Amino acid sequence: MTDVREVDVLVVGAGPAGLAAAARLAAAGVGRVEVLDRERQAGGVPRHCAHGGFGTWSRPLTGPAYARRLVAAAERAGAVVRTGVTALDWAGPLALHTVGPHGPETIAARAVVLATGARERPRTARLVPGTRPAGVYTTGELQQAVHLYGQRVGARAVVVGAEDVSYAAADTVRAAGARVVAMVTDLPRAQTAPARALDSRLRHGAVLLTGTTVADLLGHGRLSGVRVRHRDGRTAVLPCDTVVFTGDFVPDHELARRGGLTLDAGTRGPAVDGSLHTSRPGVYAVGSVLHAVESAATAAREGAHVARTVLDTLAGAERPAGVPLVVDPPLRWIAPNRVTPADGLPYVLRTTAFLSRAVAEVTQDGRPLHRERLGAAVPNRTLGLTARWTSRVDPGGGPVRVGLTGR
Amino acid sequence: MTVTAHGPLPATPYDVTVVGAGVVGSAVARELARHPELRVALVEAQDDVGQGTSKANTAILHTGFDAVPGSLEARLVREGARLLAAYAAESGIPVEPVGALLVAWDEEQHAALPGLLEKAERNHYRDARLVGPAELYAREPDLGPGALGALHVPGESIICPWTTTLAYATQAVRAGADLHLNCRVERASRQDGAHVLRTTRGTLRTRLLVNAAGLHADTLDRALGHDDFTVTPRRGQLLVFDKLARSLVRHILLPVPTALGKGVLVAPTVYGTVLLGPTAEDLDDKRDTGSTAEGLALLREKGGRVLPALLDEEVTAVYAGLRAATEQDDYRITAHPEEGYVTVGGIRSTGLTASLAIASYVTDLLPGLGPTRELEPVRMPNLGEAFPRPYQRPELIAADPEYGTLVCHCERVSRGEIRDALAATIPPAGLDGLRRRTRARAGRCQGFYCGAAVRALFEETRRASAVGEPFEEARP
Repeated sequence: MTDVREVDVLVVGAGPAGLAAAARLAAAGVGRVEVLDRERQAGGVPRHCAHGGFGTWSRPLTGPAYARRLVAAAERAGAVVRTGVTALDWAGPLALHTVGPHGPETIAARAVVLATGARERPRTARLVPGTRPAGVYTTGELQQAVHLYGQRVGARAVVVGAEDVSYAAADTVRAAGARVVAMVTDLPRAQTAPARALDSRLRHGAVLLTGTTVADLLGHGRLSGVRVRHRDGRTAVLPCDTVVFTGDFVPDHELARRGGLTLDAGTRGPAVDGSLHTSRPGVYAVGSVLHAVESAATAAREGAHVARTVLDTLAGAERPAGVPLVVDPPLRWIAPNRVTPADGLPYVLRTTAFLSRAVAEVTQDGRPLHRERLGAAVPNRTLGLTARWTSRVDPGGGPVRVGLTGR
Repeated sequence: MTVTAHGPLPATPYDVTVVGAGVVGSAVARELARHPELRVALVEAQDDVGQGTSKANTAILHTGFDAVPGSLEARLVREGARLLAAYAAESGIPVEPVGALLVAWDEEQHAALPGLLEKAERNHYRDARLVGPAELYAREPDLGPGALGALHVPGESIICPWTTTLAYATQAVRAGADLHLNCRVERASRQDGAHVLRTTRGTLRTRLLVNAAGLHADTLDRALGHDDFTVTPRRGQLLVFDKLARSLVRHILLPVPTALGKGVLVAPTVYGTVLLGPTAEDLDDKRDTGSTAEGLALLREKGGRVLPALLDEEVTAVYAGLRAATEQDDYRITAHPEEGYVTVGGIRSTGLTASLAIASYVTDLLPGLGPTRELEPVRMPNLGEAFPRPYQRPELIAADPEYGTLVCHCERVSRGEIRDALAATIPPAGLDGLRRRTRARAGRCQGFYCGAAVRALFEETRRASAVGEPFEEARP
């Protein structure tokens, strides 16, 4: 029906991972590198992270400034960044149907990089009961409403979650002129830097309710309060007109699933090895779609890393098979989640347990491969594991397991 | 074309007034609008049409195979199904004839299937048949283990309830009926042979009156001196699973009904999602449309038996609707000719299917309506996945690039569709109304990506159209 247009590398998603990949590939001389983004502006989530913490130690930036720099770098290198264009579905193993204001188009590529990002689970997916009033947000919607559109939110907000993104959400609530009535976490303590939690409590008076879940949303029309339940069974109603559900990120894996790519049961993103190959030759995945959610710097690092893989593949390199990389509780997942002996990309992991001195143990078929001190383990925060052990993996052996011990 | 949402009501009396702009009231108003000599009013307590039972149901176009044979409901569902199927085709209301399977999970249920087949035949439905486990699993490969067989009812369809109500009301308004929103009837009396309705927006006089007030039909009935029935709100909680779950189910999967009711179903929706529900809880509070932890746990338990893989999928919506149950197992449509008054009560889950037949039945009960005419057809925006949506229509995008500019990514809703909905005959009063007209913000991210952009579009239009008007501020 529609003509097929051909490019060399097609990147889906113009966030830090996708833009970094495109910039490297274009700079390395790949002919046509095209980045698609369905949003009206490129840059991904940093566009609406009005706080600092982006960029480098020597050149700290706010999210929007960082996003602009990434876009400029990709374009300067010669990549074409197209916004307002949605990748709808696969048109072939390495081709996608798209639509935008100029109509439908089918784009075929020699390599496709998925950088589709992640999103927070909304109230519905978390199965929080109650009525369906207005005033219920995720951090993503809240930040866009406040920082991109200057919209009003309510006056009294409850923030669900006590991890880094939850504190960022609380800052956004305050930036919009509203008060954070309370923060609520089902865990026994906050999962952020102690100084940040303390600052929120002392300077802003935001009470942190630990061991507590949101049991019920109340109110018709506009939210009138949330009923919370403590682990010991006590309940209370917090009057508020706004509630922000934070964290609980999931990869935006629609294209990966529609394409039938193998997903990892832990991350729910596409399964990839340390070179960021997915299960389909010529298709790669980077950024938050692999590990919802990491810092922009991690995403950009993966973008740069995948560029090397793509260049090798375009030059005719074979894709090594690798073996699955699985975790044992209290770990929830690890990414990448396949391993080949040549892999060198550091790993990110998530745990469900608080441990002050966590040690990772890597084994294959009962054979120890590696032991590494990770420091403190905190749920909803990233643990890093080096890739210094991958050369000891037997590519013909069974799955490689990563366990966590400590206290 | 008159739609009002605030300010005083017209002083001139109406010939006919319909109270309640749900699917039934809107269908009645549309039918009345076919009489060019009548001044028709449709009054609604809430800020939009279809805000009560009509917006939160299982969205099925029934055959009536399982109705009580010989009941008014059985007859009107049978007639209504045919009428609505034809109307949907004309108006662009999405319908998918997916068929239903009543699945038997134990010997007792299996033994009940032949009786249900016979009941279907007594309801003049002759296409149903029994299927064994092999065919059942061939038809539904993801069905949980242990099903013994099923009754296949190929005529059952899924439909969009929002577009249906909106199409009726739009057509009525375009044909000259007045729609008054935010207009709750607080008292009703008769004066000089006319009905006098005291509403939150002033007094309305009308010669004839149709009570289609749904959950509140008994209250209005009593205000007019009739004590025929009591409405008990029966809550149904439902879960909607993401589009990525749609391939798991091909038919409407019904349980074998028991004495306790029709039970929990799993069904595809015309929007490409999967529905699980409803619960059945008799309540006292006609506003209690909240979901509960117990209700959701029950649904997941039942759904997990029918379609185990469903529980791994993301939930995009949780909602609860209230059915207008009465003491009797049938519709309660009663005419009081001497008063020029008809009550349309006790219209339960089949009301959507039967709506056009109810409308025709009700207008036949009203005296002196005068000549009729054909109405201008309406063409509704398509929310269904089985038909081309605007983003899938190159010719539309070529003519207007706004249809290729997607705002809501999960549901693939374009700016053009949002713009059109905001400028429609009956514009949405808030973001929920906009969602029911376009599906914007209804998907898996629930506004994470698009919520602020959709709200901005809504508020922009509202500001442009409401300059100087004392309209209630848009809800965020």
